[in-house]
Amino acid sequence: MAKEKEVMSVYKKILAIYPHPDDESFGKAGALALHAKEGAEITLVCATSGQMGRRMGKPFFANRETLWKIREQELKDACNVIGIKDLRLWRMLDKTLQFEDPEELADRVETVLNEVKPELVYSYYPNYAVHPDHDALAEAVILAISRFPKEERPVVYASAFSKNCEKIIGTPDHVMDVSEVLDVKLDALRAHRSQSEFIIKKLEQSLAAETEKQDVLLEPYRKERYWTIKV
Amino acid sequence: MWIEAYTHYQTNAQSKKEVIRMKSIDRGEVQQYLDQFLNQDLYYHLETSNGSYASLESEQQMSVCAFIRNGRIRYSRGTIAGAGPYRVGLKLEEGWVYAEGLTDYEMTEKGQLLLGGYDHEGRIGIALELSRHPFSV
Repeated sequence: MAKEKEVMSVYKKILAIYPHPDDESFGKAGALALHAKEGAEITLVCATSGQMGRRMGKPFFANRETLWKIREQELKDACNVIGIKDLRLWRMLDKTLQFEDPEELADRVETVLNEVKPELVYSYYPNYAVHPDHDALAEAVILAISRFPKEERPVVYASAFSKNCEKIIGTPDHVMDVSEVLDVKLDALRAHRSQSEFIIKKLEQSLAAETEKQDVLLEPYRKERYWTIKV
Repeated sequence: MWIEAYTHYQTNAQSKKEVIRMKSIDRGEVQQYLDQFLNQDLYYHLETSNGSYASLESEQQMSVCAFIRNGRIRYSRGTIAGAGPYRVGLKLEEGWVYAEGLTDYEMTEKGQLLLGGYDHEGRIGIALELSRHPFSV
């Protein structure tokens, strides 16, 4: 862990780029919170407003027409919790990124790369990230980065979770222990109430009912897995 | 409109009693709203989905989803049927629009008729919405 922290503290400018409000928190809020704690400047691009999400809260409090605004506010709350000060909302339509011109999408990413000049980019792993928006935006990120001269390209920490993905891309080379910011991470997840309440409530009930199982229950939240992509 | 919903959502964040504007379908009321839209050029939103993660969650499932956002429509007969969840059929000059599994509805201040089908987890499985003006994109 100490070593991991040393590695992380190297990065001072970070760009996280994901398609949906909550992608930055599920499985990733820990790393981002650690970076913030180390004093890094983090920019988050959220390409859609998650307009077409299926979860409306449990019990539901959103409908198809109100969901996007609620999710944007949840994202702003999560950014405050994590320590992300630069949030950029593109407000493209959920589920449609895969049908945009890939070069145009990459242009948009390139513009942000030029503005932010990140040393490290958090994204999904193209083809292994289940949701078509995840894959499409991740491909645009790789394409945009590949346009820069080799020595100027940032490192990419990518998330993958498709079935059996490890058989093809191997095991993640960064398994981060985010225990020291576990509370921050859980609060970031809580901020995305419309999308997370069903999980968080269950977790909290289990924690209260089975205090002896705390370690087991929280274990999945302590570890975050990233694959380095060298473009 | 969303501000009102969001204020409720914030105000009630700690309370168990949620204020939501969608309410359980009253078949008679929805029928009246459907009649108000008869023989007019309208925008519609129609969707159904079992979620992008359906195939990840179970190998027996495949992810299916379809939506039409701001399609144009004009119907000469619009009917709600069933005892809940409900079905709605719209008879077009040269075809039909059909939605099944509708549980909740709302007529917004903007004059949008929102019909949604929510499951026990609060997930929307189907939505049919009608409006004289385009929905936000």
